Amino acid sequence: MKEYKTITEISGPLVFAEVDEPVGYDEIVEIETPDGETKRGQVLETSDGLVSIQVFEGTDGIDRNASVRFIGETLKMPVTEDLLGRVLDGSGRPIDDGPDIVPEERQDIVGEAINPFSREYPEEFIQTGVSAIDGMNTLVRGQKLPIFSSAGLPHNDLALQIARQATVPEEAEDEGDDDDSEFAVIFGAMGITQEEANEFMDDFERTGALERSVVFMNLADDPAVERTVTPRLALTTAEYLAFEKDYHVLVILTDMTNYCEALREIGAAREEVPGRRGYPGYMYTDLAQIYERAGRIKGEEGSITQIPILTMPSNDITHPIPDLTGYITEGQIIVDPDLNSQGVTPPVNVLPSLSRLMDDGIGEGLTREDHGDVSDQLYAAYAEGEDKRDLVNIVGREALSDLDNKYLDFADRFEDEFIEQGFKQNRDIDGTLDIGWDLLSMLPKDVLSRIDEDLIDEHYDEDAEAEEVTAD
Amino acid sequence: MSQATESDVREDGVIESVSGPVVTAVDLDARMNDVVYVGHEGLMGEVIEIEGNITTIQVYEETSGVSPGQPVESTGAPLSVDLGPGVLDTIYDGVQRPLDVLEDKMDSAFLDRGVDSPGIDLEKSWEFTPELEEGDEVTRGEVIGIVPETESIDHKVMVPPDALEEGETAEIVSIESGNFTVEQPVAELDTGEEISMRQEWPVRKQRPAAEKYTPKKPLVSGQRILDGLFPIAKGGTAAIPGPFGSGKTVAQQSLAKFADADIVVYIGCGERGNEMTEVIDDFPELPDPQTGNPLMARTCLIANTSNMPVAARESCIYTGITIAEYYRDMGYDVALMADSTSRWAEAMREISSRLEEMPGEEGYPAYLAARLAEFYERAGYYQTINGKEGSVTAIGAVSPPGGDFSEPVTQNTLRIVKAFWALDSDLAERRHFPAINWNDSYSLYRDQLDEWFESNVDQEWSSQRQWAIDVLDEESELQEIVQLVGKDALPDDQQLTLEVARYLREAWLQQNALHGVDRYSPPEKTFRILQGIKTFNDEAFEALEAGVPVDEIQNIDATPQLNRIGTTPDDEADEFVSGIEEDITEQLRELY
Repeated sequence: MKEYKTITEISGPLVFAEVDEPVGYDEIVEIETPDGETKRGQVLETSDGLVSIQVFEGTDGIDRNASVRFIGETLKMPVTEDLLGRVLDGSGRPIDDGPDIVPEERQDIVGEAINPFSREYPEEFIQTGVSAIDGMNTLVRGQKLPIFSSAGLPHNDLALQIARQATVPEEAEDEGDDDDSEFAVIFGAMGITQEEANEFMDDFERTGALERSVVFMNLADDPAVERTVTPRLALTTAEYLAFEKDYHVLVILTDMTNYCEALREIGAAREEVPGRRGYPGYMYTDLAQIYERAGRIKGEEGSITQIPILTMPSNDITHPIPDLTGYITEGQIIVDPDLNSQGVTPPVNVLPSLSRLMDDGIGEGLTREDHGDVSDQLYAAYAEGEDKRDLVNIVGREALSDLDNKYLDFADRFEDEFIEQGFKQNRDIDGTLDIGWDLLSMLPKDVLSRIDEDLIDEHYDEDAEAEEVTAD
Repeated sequence: MSQATESDVREDGVIESVSGPVVTAVDLDARMNDVVYVGHEGLMGEVIEIEGNITTIQVYEETSGVSPGQPVESTGAPLSVDLGPGVLDTIYDGVQRPLDVLEDKMDSAFLDRGVDSPGIDLEKSWEFTPELEEGDEVTRGEVIGIVPETESIDHKVMVPPDALEEGETAEIVSIESGNFTVEQPVAELDTGEEISMRQEWPVRKQRPAAEKYTPKKPLVSGQRILDGLFPIAKGGTAAIPGPFGSGKTVAQQSLAKFADADIVVYIGCGERGNEMTEVIDDFPELPDPQTGNPLMARTCLIANTSNMPVAARESCIYTGITIAEYYRDMGYDVALMADSTSRWAEAMREISSRLEEMPGEEGYPAYLAARLAEFYERAGYYQTINGKEGSVTAIGAVSPPGGDFSEPVTQNTLRIVKAFWALDSDLAERRHFPAINWNDSYSLYRDQLDEWFESNVDQEWSSQRQWAIDVLDEESELQEIVQLVGKDALPDDQQLTLEVARYLREAWLQQNALHGVDRYSPPEKTFRILQGIKTFNDEAFEALEAGVPVDEIQNIDATPQLNRIGTTPDDEADEFVSGIEEDITEQLRELY
């Protein structure tokens, strides 16, 4: 391995060095600072005689006398089943004082694209126990469903609740059957605060979830550039567990906004032509290489389901980060500041939320026969109620018709009874749909145009509407 | 990809630098747009810039680990597609490598690097039946025989357009029927040219045609809002812009499934992997509404998902349109769906920024508008060089950032296409699908297609459409007032207009893409539903004039039945509507 002392320029997270032998693109570099510290980096651009290197741990302490070593291979993640239960830093080194990791394999972290021909279409319902998700925006195995949130909202609690409660109902029934694939959680933290990290770790430890988890921690005060590799390490581990060890893996990545900031930082340091709001023009491709590493493969037992979390700067969904994410992921769960201030937990606004894979994961044999119709009708009725709220602010309740008033009551009760459940309660899908019917029974039968008539006969509670009327 | 079979490798070059998908090489003897193999692994790339001794290459595969000093070989030929029987019922990546063959060759569900494969199966033999005899004169492009390619489509074997000069004729000296592979000659010309079923065509070059006509026939889509309000012609161009979650992909897929084209080329350009899988799973199962055969028998899929290499995403649009033109030359009507052209534009931007070109608006290259125009201009209703009529209809999805239609890709597309179907996130949030906004959308083909609809569906087609547009326009004005004062404050006749508009929206414009019957609505049914609503409108206003209060008109129980016509089987729909019309008339007249 050749060692160079030829650094010509240091700028932000980048180091430029002269070389006299060819160096491969994406190769890993070790830089030893004069005080003996070793930092790792990656080749961003290579040409005859000059390479630019992005340093993961920050460039402080590097001077022109630092020595540069090229390892001769691209960044690999040592993977083994023993990673379960371990806590690693953002570059994949253990920080939990546990034993050394003896890898079974070392896998390239860039990961190759899954051949679309080899994918299996995801349609297995995952019960998260959260009505706003199960009932209205159902998650299925192999889906990538991000949580769009804002600063100061309890998105982490929601993510933890999902990680804690997620089951596939059929499998819960024949529990104890060893043939079943096991469930694992991979948690990739990028630039979150120590406090947030503690919240996650405490919950993992308290519920015993840590044993079936692998945690990658890049905290807010860790180098920003390291964040660009953290999700790739996490997903490489996930692919190994899912497609070689048959685990059903749930990957939680938080916070993707910090990841994108790191991309922008590197782009700016390289003096690239920026795209929207200064983010690099290739951010779509870059994010796709992360999000698309979810899914199922024909003939494989395991699966990767992704729940990335991102905070929308000033709650703006058209900001490039949520925007590009929304174009890649299969829907989004939106955490809403207004509902949060009303005290609704989890404060999920179902109207702009969406799960694109829902239609194929619900219905008879999967969840319940009436699921699709009920969810459509709840959507329509809640949207109607929301509309009336604007109107009532202007004209007052008295000016509205009976039916309009019922829609208003419906919208209130929908938030207080259907969405509201707290972060501890685990509702099964039957429970969720039954609450749905309870609420729909407030409305007259003939406005339920999105539900099949037979289902109305079976589930509609005739007494409820009457009660409501007398209560008025 | 045809270069797999090329053997005339020219000079070797040496890599000088690597930056993501952009590689430069020195001492390479290659022309612009030639395909080259890069590095020890032989990654496929294309020459995009030549400056002195330095050649810039965009590489269609991941370049991790590639280093300066590694060799570059040129094939001496531009990026081309293999054309011949076997293109249909196949799923390709962006440079026409069949994905099922790749899975076999790589023996993995993940896409490995440096594996190449011809675009059509070279081993398979096809049954060739000549249409011409020895001694017949042919010109370029002429059909010499037929191969049954799939259950639905007869593949026409043509004299390649570049085999003869324009206007040149040649005599067939031999032609045989029987089973041949695509590379074996099936005929020979007196010029010495041997003709096989396979031909190659460079993707960035338009295939020649005799003349381009004004399109006069509609591409019947089976989508009520499109056929009824914003029709597209065979040979036309359309754009579907919309923010995420507004149903672009569902709209594109519905068109691919039900439009009355002979051939469908579906390009998944930089979109989701699972979505492509859904298409791959669905199309072989779903029946083609025209023939009853599986949809796949008339479809060619090109899937370059968002995480597949960006340079291949740039080329997948060209691969698709070249295949479409080839089938057009056989006299077929081809519909091409590109989902999404924004991802294509972003791929251009990404490559351009790596080349350090001076950027235009929002970082897109200055040639963005020209490239978009070039692509849509390859669509059209043509007389082909062999005297047949064929068309390519191009329908491009656009994904504007933040749903803002003022961004460069949407704006440059709007300047070219003649039909614009604007998707709306508000409608999508209310689960009104297809979420095409009727106030913002337009189609400039309306007038030139009216004649067809009037002689094939009903004389009243355009007048009834105008009535519907007027009602919807009035509704959007009234809605503004309703937002302020509530519906009950409006006069009775305006309340009734709102009621009629509601049925237009719910019973006519809304269509359930997931319902077995409703997903495809033939133009006759589209017209009949509208007629039913018009009947309600006419009868209701008569009742109102006779003094019946608007509440009572709204409360008759026959009208909600209008919402069920969409899901009524096509052959019963006419009778069902007649029944509703009678009930409405009877119930309303009872009131006065």
